[in-house]
Amino acid sequence: MSENNRVYNVLIVGVGGQGIILASDVLGRVAAAYGYDVKKNEIHGMAQRGGSVSSHIRFGKSVSSPIITLGEADVLLSFEQIETIRYFPFLSEKGKVILNDQKILPPAVFTGKQDYPPDVVQKIKEKVPDAVVVDGISVAQKMGNPRVLNVIFLGILSKYLDIPADVYEKVLKESLKPKLVDVNLKAFHEGRSLAAA
Amino acid sequence: MSGNEGIAQGAYEYGVRLASAYPGTPSTEILEYIGERYPDIKAGWAPNEKVALEVAAGAAYGGSRAMACMKHVGLNVAADPFMTLSYTGVNGGLVIVVCDDPEMHSSQNEQDTRNFAKFGKVPCLEPSDSQEAKDLIGEALRISEEFDTPVILRSATRVSHSMSLVETKPRTEGLRELGLKKDPMKFVMLPAMARKRHPVVEQRLKDVAAFAETFPYNKVIMGDDSLGIISSGITFQYAREAFPNVSFLKLGMVWPLPEKMIRDFASKVKRIVIIEELDPFIEEAIRLMGIKVEGKELTGLCGELSPEKVEKALTGSSKAKSIGPIDIDVPLRPPNMCPGCPHRATFTALKKNKVYVAGDIGCYTLGALPPVGMLDNCLCMGAGIGIASGLDRSLGDLARGKAVAVIGDSTFFHSGMTPLLELAYNGGSTTVVIMDNRTTAMTGAQPHPGTGFTLRQDPTISANIEKLAEAFGFKRIRTINPYNVKDTEKVIGEELEAAEPSLIIARAPCALLKTERILPDKPLKIEAELCKGCKSCINTGCPALEFVKIEEPKEGEKRKGYSKINELLCVGCRTCQEVCKFDCIKEA
Repeated sequence: MSENNRVYNVLIVGVGGQGIILASDVLGRVAAAYGYDVKKNEIHGMAQRGGSVSSHIRFGKSVSSPIITLGEADVLLSFEQIETIRYFPFLSEKGKVILNDQKILPPAVFTGKQDYPPDVVQKIKEKVPDAVVVDGISVAQKMGNPRVLNVIFLGILSKYLDIPADVYEKVLKESLKPKLVDVNLKAFHEGRSLAAA
Repeated sequence: MSGNEGIAQGAYEYGVRLASAYPGTPSTEILEYIGERYPDIKAGWAPNEKVALEVAAGAAYGGSRAMACMKHVGLNVAADPFMTLSYTGVNGGLVIVVCDDPEMHSSQNEQDTRNFAKFGKVPCLEPSDSQEAKDLIGEALRISEEFDTPVILRSATRVSHSMSLVETKPRTEGLRELGLKKDPMKFVMLPAMARKRHPVVEQRLKDVAAFAETFPYNKVIMGDDSLGIISSGITFQYAREAFPNVSFLKLGMVWPLPEKMIRDFASKVKRIVIIEELDPFIEEAIRLMGIKVEGKELTGLCGELSPEKVEKALTGSSKAKSIGPIDIDVPLRPPNMCPGCPHRATFTALKKNKVYVAGDIGCYTLGALPPVGMLDNCLCMGAGIGIASGLDRSLGDLARGKAVAVIGDSTFFHSGMTPLLELAYNGGSTTVVIMDNRTTAMTGAQPHPGTGFTLRQDPTISANIEKLAEAFGFKRIRTINPYNVKDTEKVIGEELEAAEPSLIIARAPCALLKTERILPDKPLKIEAELCKGCKSCINTGCPALEFVKIEEPKEGEKRKGYSKINELLCVGCRTCQEVCKFDCIKEA
């Protein structure tokens, strides 16, 4: 485990059903396996019904609050365009944004009452020029399995944290069914290479 | 582990022999984990929280260590046994886990359970992370046995659903001898006996307060003496995050309070602030001691706190440097009934009948939201039937044929049976629709007495709603498949016209339920050219439908847009097809 005393704050957001809880579970276990104190919180009471989902993960030498202080998130990993905007103020001035370039229409939009806001990605990039924006669904489809979407983004995220890749690999191997390990490890490394690109 | 996993692990390690609960966010997972992981514990869903507590009380009377779990409003249902359990005391340790929901992430109110502890004169412990959640189950059981009292463990959404590291230990058993023991002076609460028990309760509270002075989970952490924060539970973690260097009195037992310890702490710091969510519970008790404190004037009475709210409450600002908002008006994303939800079909048929709908709590409460907008009240579990009956009999012709009650199957078994009996007994013309989706859907598909399965998925009885209503004296009972929206509409119309109470059971399994699948899982398709853009299908509120606006209409084109089906989401329930007037929805 690294020697510094800082606490890392990762906020993962999106829509119920996108695999957010699983991704944050894996990250929590990875941080614990690396020897960090870890706390994690998510609001998921009605997530299965297509609501907005957020998961806070905090790790470091010693962590008090399980929720991130507004303005202290180091990374905002968002699986949906406008959810990024909803949780944007959690991001610190120097924070990173990783975005799955997807739109999931909320009820007011799919019923034609309201328009889906335009230029979301552009406005994020104005604030965070180095935001990583990836069309995760296409990447996952190219890999032949849409369900690895969350692990691709875990791979991208890993490039912004100080935990070595082998810890992620170990945790993925331990927490997945044997037949799913290979495809997810491949997805994880695909994510890492996308972050580097 | 999550706080709820910690509580379940605690039940295992500290020798709980029986656990009972009714599902309710954020407490639900506790009994689920016990069911999955700890076969040594007898565990099962009760029809409601009152029964859960009585079952746990029975186990404790017989010497077993026992646990009942519920959400905060569940304790209202269990309040009757709770208040007198305080008088009888227990025998084996009894812990009542109550999970509060500040901010109402998934609840109808944000009542503060600590008031119940004071009301019932029962000790209340409060963990601030998952390790403490586990440890305090052990302490609660020990206190329960030593002082012969039920004990509340108060959790909150941010404790129950947060994860932190937990060290585990092997199981140890309770200390009491098991068996049936007659002791009417203690357990039969006739007035003569209860009068003798009340002073015992008052003395017990004093004894526990004395114990609280040395209770290791009440602890002082001295730091900078310019500020002393008294706090408990999750708010302690927020305060520690915001002010890592000040002095703390962290309370693991929030009722009764350790007065000496508090006075001693107060004498050592220059300013005292109480950080607590919801009611000024600790604050008022400390003010009564004559100690000058600050509290709710800084933190407020509503909603949950957070590290930055605590920081701002005390200093007026936050050190964190937020990047700030992006100026986009983000549409809300409320939870919605799933694609294929049978409730959507039933609500669509109710809408066609233009009725007023008395409801209550379940996935169907989401029917209140646009574009469905077909639920007109929701008070508490089981309330809709009684409210409809009251409206019907007080308003007479003003309500006749215009109001119905809806209730889910799990909610019906929870607290809908007695109002249904009231309806049969007192008459009137109320129509009740039981939206039977064969599970407790809102909390994540827990089985109940009507499903044929137990907590551990063992086969059991399946209570028969039709026969129950028949036994209550209902003459008009009809069972329908709600997906046949036109038929459903007709049946509802006929029952509304009837001059006596009637019951419609709209039965189709939850669209997420894998065990009783009746949906074809084949998406439907809309022929875009045939669609007139009337939005009949869109107004069912199905997330698998989308209204596509036409920006540049062709010559003579009157429609403003057309409907489209998302084939990845559609499960083929046909509700949209049933409402389409132009026959443009087909099998793909």
